[in-house]
Amino acid sequence: MPKVKVDGVEIEVPQGATVLQACELAGKEIPRFCYHERLSIAGNCRMCLVEVKPGPPKPQASCALPAAENQEIFTTTPMVKHAREGIMEFLLINHPLDCPICDQGGECDLQDQSVAYGRGHSRYAENKRAVTEKYMGPIVKTIMTRCIQCTRCVRFAEEVAGVEEIGAIYRGENMQITSYLEEAVSSELSGNVVDLCPVGALTSKPYAFEARPWELRKTLTIDVMDAVGTNIRLDSRGRQVLRCVPRVNDEVNEEWATDKTRHAVDGLVRKRLDRPYVRRDGKLHPVTWDEAFAAIASVDHGGSVAAVAGDLVDCETMFAAKALLKELGSSLLEGRQTGMDYDTSSLAAVNFNTTIAGTEEADAILLIGTNLRWEAPLVNTRIRKAIKKGAKVFAIGPETELTYKVEWLGADLAVLGSLPERVTEAFAGAAKPMVIVGGAALKGAHGAALALVDKLGLVKDGWNGFNVVHMAASRMGGLMLGFAQKAGIAALYDAKLSFFLGADECDHARFTGFKVYVGHHGDRGAHHADVILPAASYAEKSGTYVNLEGRVQRGERAVFPPGDAREDWTIFRALSEKLGCTLAFDTIDELRAAMALDCPELSTLGLKTFAWNPPALGGTAEGVLDGYPIKDFYLTNAICRASPTMQRCSAELVHGESFAEAAE
Amino acid sequence: MLADKDRIFTNVYGYQSWRLDAAMARGDWDNTKALLELGQDKIIDVVKASGLRGRGGAGFPTGTKWSFMPKEPKPDRPNFLVINADESEPGSCKDREIIRHDPHKLIEGALVAGFAMRARAAYIYIRGEYIREAETLFAAVAEAYDKGLVGKNACGSGYDFDVFVHRGAGAYICGEETAMLESLEGKKGQPRLKPPFPAGAGLYGCPTTVNNVESIAVAPTILRRGAEWFSSFGAENNRGTKLFQISGHVNTPCVVEEAMSIPFRELIEKHCGGIRGGWDNLLAVIPGGSSVPLVPAKDIMDAPMDFDGLKAVGSGLGTAAVIVMDKSTDVVRAISRLSYFYKHESCGQCTPCREGTGWMWRVMERLRTGDADISEIDMLQQVTKQVEGHSICALGDAAAWPIQGLIRHFRPELERRINDRNGNGGDLAPMQEAAE
Repeated sequence: MPKVKVDGVEIEVPQGATVLQACELAGKEIPRFCYHERLSIAGNCRMCLVEVKPGPPKPQASCALPAAENQEIFTTTPMVKHAREGIMEFLLINHPLDCPICDQGGECDLQDQSVAYGRGHSRYAENKRAVTEKYMGPIVKTIMTRCIQCTRCVRFAEEVAGVEEIGAIYRGENMQITSYLEEAVSSELSGNVVDLCPVGALTSKPYAFEARPWELRKTLTIDVMDAVGTNIRLDSRGRQVLRCVPRVNDEVNEEWATDKTRHAVDGLVRKRLDRPYVRRDGKLHPVTWDEAFAAIASVDHGGSVAAVAGDLVDCETMFAAKALLKELGSSLLEGRQTGMDYDTSSLAAVNFNTTIAGTEEADAILLIGTNLRWEAPLVNTRIRKAIKKGAKVFAIGPETELTYKVEWLGADLAVLGSLPERVTEAFAGAAKPMVIVGGAALKGAHGAALALVDKLGLVKDGWNGFNVVHMAASRMGGLMLGFAQKAGIAALYDAKLSFFLGADECDHARFTGFKVYVGHHGDRGAHHADVILPAASYAEKSGTYVNLEGRVQRGERAVFPPGDAREDWTIFRALSEKLGCTLAFDTIDELRAAMALDCPELSTLGLKTFAWNPPALGGTAEGVLDGYPIKDFYLTNAICRASPTMQRCSAELVHGESFAEAAE
Repeated sequence: MLADKDRIFTNVYGYQSWRLDAAMARGDWDNTKALLELGQDKIIDVVKASGLRGRGGAGFPTGTKWSFMPKEPKPDRPNFLVINADESEPGSCKDREIIRHDPHKLIEGALVAGFAMRARAAYIYIRGEYIREAETLFAAVAEAYDKGLVGKNACGSGYDFDVFVHRGAGAYICGEETAMLESLEGKKGQPRLKPPFPAGAGLYGCPTTVNNVESIAVAPTILRRGAEWFSSFGAENNRGTKLFQISGHVNTPCVVEEAMSIPFRELIEKHCGGIRGGWDNLLAVIPGGSSVPLVPAKDIMDAPMDFDGLKAVGSGLGTAAVIVMDKSTDVVRAISRLSYFYKHESCGQCTPCREGTGWMWRVMERLRTGDADISEIDMLQQVTKQVEGHSICALGDAAAWPIQGLIRHFRPELERRINDRNGNGGDLAPMQEAAE
């Protein structure tokens, strides 16, 4: 723990800290452009120069200089002031004065720091440099004249996203940042470079010219596009969510978000269900809420009622449906729409036990039937980090590009019974071994994967290396609330009355009874419904979500639902009255209190750990995996299917190749 | 004047063949095994005692530099020697002559120096434009391998040492030691942040020493003839002999080996046939390659040509590339051209150099024609100060110094041009008055 003096104040800093970190610990603000906590150190913007003694008689880049014992750091001396002013002037001489039309305006590092550390006037009388725009895909808009060559985007693409597709070409003042061959950056995380860019060179293409940051109402909530539970902030104006940006949560998403998380929000205003419908003569007709409720009340179900939870719903919705079904005398609840029927007697056996952050510490990893890059991109980045620390990764399944080096063991699940020696050796030598089972393998190899726990020593003191990756934000919450049948969704097919809670992925035609769709988008579920009850999307309700590692998180409401649409739980509450079995909660708080009684784990927020008592399942696995559950990363749910941005991403990044071939 | 018997580079003019047999006849590779048998520490001690300072420009004591290398390299992190033959500094051409005519001195030096610093291999990074020189070097290394002088059991010493020649692609910045390492690794040639220094983490993260061609090539001769012999030349702290490269307005420009600390006047008179048009016609001299400030005639004439002597006149020895300018020179245009060079060669990584070199060049171009304001001279001076010392590598400094030298010594000339152009005195009639 070296002791340093910052502007005369002595502080102790952690071993390995940089001078910049020491200054921050001392409460001194150090301006910077290229430095970013989560990226490697480049040291090229030179904005963080400070005076350091002992050292050469010139200012030093504090971001790259290790803090050493008895160092004296000065951040306010004339030398430092002049250095900052000089660098600021250099950055600005070729930066266009187009702040009034720049989307970064109001949240621009260059603006803020030029006010704080610049000279306030320009001495540069020559012509400014102009740079041609570069194409970086459907998400990132470029105005490269504004670029200050900090290379944050280059480092992000290489280090975090794992695609070496952004780089710098030419040299000197002609240096330009561009994507490889000016093609779209083939990463699910490309939108993060927009946040990273300290100036307006890389901005959000779908959000271009939409709003100024100071006009937006900012709501802290949780993302539902995958099961990671990314912490997000929804920025809205009036009744519309205009953009979605990640919040910092080191346990979950660090400060990244996937492109789907960020840009599916424009689907929230398209294809919305904003009034109730009832099917008459094969066609859906708009009706009032009372008429819709009456149509449901007229169904003679005799207690044969089912509820299917969709991928995006919150725990409150599921609990309200569960409570209604209980009143009607049924417990036919299911959330695994695609027909999965894995054993849920122990939640630990279907949980991501290592935790997302814990993944970084793993030193041997076996992926079984999971394309993590699409199923949980932010878990994938953690594996990249683990590899950087020396972890070895093996995978079973069809080969796919995961952005890191993987040793593929083939697509035949039978290999689980006789793992090659190099795998068992790697695991034998591993202190923190880890197995990740994906949706593709959960059906046939859940038991075989659980059998590996003893074989590979996955569970030990303070470490649980058995993990299941879910893909639906509602999954863990649904399993905790009992949305699982032994036979899977097939047990529900014959129910006389079925509620679909935003469930769009199941085979609706197999349901023989009366179908009620409670959801927010006119997608597959609505097409099959006999009654449609318009509900709220994740942006329009306060909801509790459990992510794949069992972390209970709560989001707030950003905007109100459109038209006649209502929050889901209020729909069930109102319907229960019409059905003559009024539910016992009138407010969301009362509902949550009832939910806490039903499922105590949901009563508090934070990471839940489930006792490790795995079920005894058959230990063999057979079958060859022919693919992964997600066929198109950008179109996995009703919101993104309604989003023009996601459709564009899908067409370009997933189907681009086949399009090009068809044109030949 | 240096006696012929004391010359290290006996074939610098190429009167003899560069081939191995001719080189051996000149004394190269003469019982190199015995040199290696001195032992690593002894070799470093001799080089330290000789007072040899790095010949690449910075003048860091070579022996001391070698001693920074780990004494017991780990098998997975071997030591490397990188030899900087990316000679791109305007005015410098000594490494070219060594590689053209005396490549075996370099290769033998690589073995001796590499052995002393316990290196596994030497990489010779040769400038891309040196096409014939690279061919010579490839051939010379092949000869040395054929005779078992390098490679496994080099010179029968039991020491395994490889020599690789790597051709650059023509970027000046790759002559900066860490940019050279990046380039060798196959990346974009951009200098690294220091610390860590190459001796700690250099090529592929392994301990590395980067040395100039001349520093390495003189090592075997120093070991053969002794530290006392080498240190008998030159002034205190500036020992040895040195290849001077005199270009510009002298009667016979040349590359010549001379003792350090030789007075400028003697160097020019003895080897270059004097200044074109006589000593009165001398305007200024850039004594160490384009990146050191120029020195006006009256200061340079009797200055000793060594590190300290030229520092005393506000410049530096650099690579001893002496650029002589007589009074026919448009000195502003000359420095402006150098500014263009640095603008063109800036790697673009860090802000001050990327933005500053272009700005400085543009202002210089206007000063050349006088299309500027008097106050812009001071502004330019401030801009050079904003670049100097703020960049990752020394290219920013190198771009700033020539301009600082110009402003320091030729400010009246700059002002005269501005005044002439604006019609405030001088030959041109004032434009405004004429119009009235």
